[in-house]
Amino acid sequence: MLIAARVAPVTRHIGLLPSVVVTHTEPFHAAKAIATLDYVSAGRAGVRVRVSASSHEAAHFGRRDVPRPNLRDRDLRDRDDPAVRELTAGLFDEATDYVEVMRRLWDSWEDDAEIRDAATGRFIDRDKLHYIDFAGDYFSVKGPSITPRPPQGQPVVSALGHGPVPCRLIGRSADVGFVTPRDAGGARDLVAEVRAAQAAAGRAEDTLHVLGDLVVFLDEDAAAAAGRKRRLDDRAGQQYVSDAAVFTGTPGQLADLLQDWQLAGLSGFRLRPGVIPDDLEAITRGLVPELQRRGAFRTAYAAGTLRGLLGLGRPANRYAPAGRSSS
Amino acid sequence: MTTPRKQIHLAAHFPGVNNTTVWSDPRSGSHIEFSSFAHLARTAERAKFDFLFLAEGLRLREQNGQIYDLDVVGRPDTFTVLAALAAVTDRLGLAGTINSTFNEPYEVARQFASLDHLSGGRAAWNVVTSWDAFTGENFRRGGFLPQEARYERARTFLQTAWELFDSWRGDEIVADKESGVFLTDPGAGRFAHSDAHFGISGQFTVPRSPQGRPVIFQAGDSEEGREFAASSADAIFSRHGTLEDGQAFYADVKGRLARYGRSPDQLLILPAATFVLGDTDADAQELAREVRFQQVSGQTAIKFLEQLWNRDLSGYDPDGPLPDIDPDPGENTIARGRASVRMHRDPLAIAAQWRARAEAGNLSIRELIIEVTGRQTFVGAPATVADAINTLVQADASDGFILVPHITPGGLDEFADRVVPLLQERGVFRTDYKGSTLREHLGLAPLPAGTAAGREAAS
Repeated sequence: MLIAARVAPVTRHIGLLPSVVVTHTEPFHAAKAIATLDYVSAGRAGVRVRVSASSHEAAHFGRRDVPRPNLRDRDLRDRDDPAVRELTAGLFDEATDYVEVMRRLWDSWEDDAEIRDAATGRFIDRDKLHYIDFAGDYFSVKGPSITPRPPQGQPVVSALGHGPVPCRLIGRSADVGFVTPRDAGGARDLVAEVRAAQAAAGRAEDTLHVLGDLVVFLDEDAAAAAGRKRRLDDRAGQQYVSDAAVFTGTPGQLADLLQDWQLAGLSGFRLRPGVIPDDLEAITRGLVPELQRRGAFRTAYAAGTLRGLLGLGRPANRYAPAGRSSS
Repeated sequence: MTTPRKQIHLAAHFPGVNNTTVWSDPRSGSHIEFSSFAHLARTAERAKFDFLFLAEGLRLREQNGQIYDLDVVGRPDTFTVLAALAAVTDRLGLAGTINSTFNEPYEVARQFASLDHLSGGRAAWNVVTSWDAFTGENFRRGGFLPQEARYERARTFLQTAWELFDSWRGDEIVADKESGVFLTDPGAGRFAHSDAHFGISGQFTVPRSPQGRPVIFQAGDSEEGREFAASSADAIFSRHGTLEDGQAFYADVKGRLARYGRSPDQLLILPAATFVLGDTDADAQELAREVRFQQVSGQTAIKFLEQLWNRDLSGYDPDGPLPDIDPDPGENTIARGRASVRMHRDPLAIAAQWRARAEAGNLSIRELIIEVTGRQTFVGAPATVADAINTLVQADASDGFILVPHITPGGLDEFADRVVPLLQERGVFRTDYKGSTLREHLGLAPLPAGTAAGREAAS
């Protein structure tokens, strides 16, 4: 979060999405922090919400036992274990509430609430500030936010989904979902899963981007790229694995793969450079020009906000009576 | 030979959400847009100030059961603004007020350690406690802490944070490519803390920051607050800005330090101060009067009166006399989310004083409120103000001031241009930064690794 804020004034166009662990933090703090990031970046803020099921992260906060002690010895990746399923469902339901609270807080000031009316001495029109009065199973929040509605209205909400439960969170709450396909067929299945969750949440008409995650090691020829990764594996004494697929090859081969997966329904990709700065530079100096040559990637920014770059309009305020919102 | 003169410390307070801030002035800009924060920070840094200070309030104020609408309302998130300011300043200290009731030590320590890294050693934390169920309605934790538990929790909160800051010595990261060794000590960051308020353990993820920990500010005025500051703070944000009051506070607090094995130069006393400048003293006095009327509109005067009277007085004419009825002496329910209301400890006695004053001076409600609420600390031509500041500091009424402009964001510009050069001429304020960290600006010695407290634990 602070790193995103620190780089905002020294960048102009790129979107900034810090991760927020929703299991242990206050939605009120997170909502105003993301709103403020939107102010300091002039409309380029988003957030990635993440749940934490690990007991060691819970111990950092000490507020609650997650997972409860009776689950400490379970394998939390075992989706067939009913106790694990229940834990996971609860954490993601909480995440859904968390996003709902952030979204309500962002709307808790109408855009034109600040009036500075000298005649009546009023700085705000308090009828345009709204209590959000959220009460759920995990927390309740009164509102309104202390921070006025951010420039984008609603900053972009994203989440990473590895299974049906997180996919449901993406379908219900997110503007962008990150998925980790292994191949084009996997990408197709994951997109279908997100679309089904989106429809089930009654959001079929909303724009919801599904982006594929990839770890990339790039070089001028494929053997050299594979060799770079192999040297790191040898050094570590084990093969590097990730939740996302690991790609080694040339920028041209990566461009082929991305276009292939795009046909499977992905809107785009979140690339994780294998080595900083080498692979980041290979992406910006090798992959990006290649995609631009193919007409598959922008050559200039066409919008000033992150929502604009993602083709998301500025949303109406849920609390503004129809016709009164200035959006 | 002359005694070396005390060097003055100066800081800028971003104008707050109270009636000191004049929003009706045509020069008044946004209180939310980043450009306003950048403007004030750049002015403060141009003037070689020690730091910029942000206050905090986690619920919008209410009066008569409605959101209070006469003052500036709304502010951005403290950490986010300070981290962004680190990108547009190089030397200025960045001080944030962060509540110890509605946060957890791990996340606050992580954020301050990060801010200290991102700013190259310029972070400061004003530790405050809030305890009301009213603010708690915005948080998972909810209300309410009894008065006596507030500082107890704040103290253990700070103690816990210090353990986290000290979990790294600062020399663990070697990142040696040849040997493949990144950390010399795989246990770096390990911590375990358990007391009545916090039970946490694990590995702290932020390596030791340039200052070791943020500079610690304390702002409370109570007996417990003063003791807390004497034991744990590097600076006090006080409200005692006049000569005699300031000297008494200064002597009292500095006198408490020895008990904690600390010396008087390890705790700076920095009162808040407002100012109005003019070409002549008479011009400044006239301007100050105009500002007071801008700060206290008729509507604002009635609201102030209600805070003491603890009654709805909306039917009264602000240009007319004080109400005949007495304050409601019961629990103050009229105004919420406002520290000043809790200071009206004996409303009936204060009301009697106000009545006497109004009758003696033939004052209307508005005129009386202008008289009895905070007047500007420094009013005059630049030389007058420079002398007044210097006199107070040399007389040990303070170590400097946290200046609160009444206009956002340009309210400090004239002070930077006209008063600071005079203080520099007098040899009592730096002409350039000598160090890069806030501790250095404040004249505080660097902390040895592993000693966030800067001393042996008090018995």
